[in-house]
Amino acid sequence: MDWIQLAIEAGFGLAFIIVVMSMAGLTVVAERKFCGFIQGRLGPNRTTIPILGSIPFFGRLITRMGLFQLVADGSKFLFKEEIVPGHVNKFYYNLAPIVALIPPLVPLVVLPFGQMTLADGTIRQLIIANVDIGMLVILAFSSLGVYGTVLAGWAANSKYPFMGGIRASAQMISYELTMGLSILPVFLWANVPGSTEGLSIANIVVFQQTHWFVYLQPLTALLFLVALFAETNRAPFDMAESETDLVGGFHTEYGAFKFGIFFVSEYAHVIVGSGLFVLLFLGGSNFLPMLPNPWPIGIPGAILSTLWFIAKTSALVFFFIWIRWTLPRFRYDQVMNLGWKMLLPVAIANLVFVMVLLAKITPVAAQ
Amino acid sequence: MPGKVKEIERKPLSLAEKTFLPQIVSGLKVTCANMLRKKVTREYPDVLPPIPPGYRGMPTLVKDPDGREKCVSCQLCEFVCPPKAIRITPGAIPEGSPNAHVEKAPQEFEIDMLRCIYCGMCQEVCPEEAIFLQNKFTLNGLSRQELVFNKERLYEAGGTLQDQHFKWKKKKEAEEHGNAQH
Ligand code: SF4
Ligand code: SF4
Repeated sequence: MDWIQLAIEAGFGLAFIIVVMSMAGLTVVAERKFCGFIQGRLGPNRTTIPILGSIPFFGRLITRMGLFQLVADGSKFLFKEEIVPGHVNKFYYNLAPIVALIPPLVPLVVLPFGQMTLADGTIRQLIIANVDIGMLVILAFSSLGVYGTVLAGWAANSKYPFMGGIRASAQMISYELTMGLSILPVFLWANVPGSTEGLSIANIVVFQQTHWFVYLQPLTALLFLVALFAETNRAPFDMAESETDLVGGFHTEYGAFKFGIFFVSEYAHVIVGSGLFVLLFLGGSNFLPMLPNPWPIGIPGAILSTLWFIAKTSALVFFFIWIRWTLPRFRYDQVMNLGWKMLLPVAIANLVFVMVLLAKITPVAAQ
Repeated sequence: MPGKVKEIERKPLSLAEKTFLPQIVSGLKVTCANMLRKKVTREYPDVLPPIPPGYRGMPTLVKDPDGREKCVSCQLCEFVCPPKAIRITPGAIPEGSPNAHVEKAPQEFEIDMLRCIYCGMCQEVCPEEAIFLQNKFTLNGLSRQELVFNKERLYEAGGTLQDQHFKWKKKKEAEEHGNAQH
């Protein structure tokens, strides 16, 4: 591999992180806005920056959309006093936010975010590292995410964060199973016998050019979505923080910038999770099911398809927000029951069903 | 009370209900409808709430349409005021003033807005309809002293009352027409 290639990939990686981080910020504002709308309020709409806010049309628009709130919140986290409680384990206490932030960002390298049609008609998936174990990388790293939570809960050395951390790990184990089992049918379906693509996500996207998995395998999509909600610790599965019974859960003892990092990592998790769902079930950067991709040749097509992918992801992020402000939190035992007694058996049955179905419809010659 | 207890039969959940999905979908519908509904937020400092008639805001002193201060410093309000928020220094109206026939007016009239409980008794008791609780409900200041309103500020806040009585004017006119009893 030559250096230029490496530099380009590093540049893409950096751009990716910047996009995801700014989307995480925007998601925070969107969350507050839509939560307001759902509750009949307007959400943040007054924060403004003196000169920028008085630009005739856009200043007011941005103010009303609450975008300056993002800046205000961010700088508040930056400039607040960092209080480290006396009873914590300092090393792990400081380590936990870092451990929480990295796992959601690493899987970005294996997400195919767009596609480029070359002049000779071949289509290249835009991806930083097109490895054939892509899905495995994602599963491995997204389960590492729980270490941030557990570490925070343990290092805080007080009972509520501790219970939050314990709950998070129990929940993670229960739902990881369902998640893995709900991914398998997709890869089984997309990999015809003899294929060498393995667990590459780009392959899934290529496969979905005509049909999307969301209607080929609706049950799988549903199982994956539920597991995704649990994995990202979002309502109705936000057991790890559940303010009503655990004060603030694992981040009770955190404040200022460290809390901000937990906050951002949660939203980064949501965004990456939504992106993954879009890739696996909603056709990734493909236009619409049963329609040919309208992307022009070359760079413009690459940009358009990337934007389309971002739009789909944002729609799913909106769905995450919508669900959060609709459903009450499950009780902890309900979460466990749901995971082990309903989702897991259904996921196994679904896997067997898809296996039998594929064995029936695949031509015998290919076996 | 066995007869009064109404037993409600608890039906076992159907399969669809056990998955929570129908309920989740109906919940999503409700929140979606809410999202599209008109918002109930009133952007308060920019948009003031409608104030109903009879609202008891800050007590103020008013003048009559001729610009005469209506208060005759009878001090009834001072005596009735439950928290003793009012302090009046009575004074005489000097000879030669057009209002000399009224004889008395407050030299100083102070209401301590921090003590006032906005009960409206002063307005109720005033025989001259000189003191009114009006619409203003946001009062603030940087010191306690600043919230003790003196006569000047009370008149400024009160303005003019559009009444048609002209009690003192009619009395004077009647006297001038030689009707001592008017
Ligand atoms: S405001 Fe009315 S009650 Fe109070 S002193 Fe003046 S005239 Fe009397
Ligand atoms: S409203 Fe009540 S408390 Fe306030 S000045 Fe009048 S009588 Fe006193």
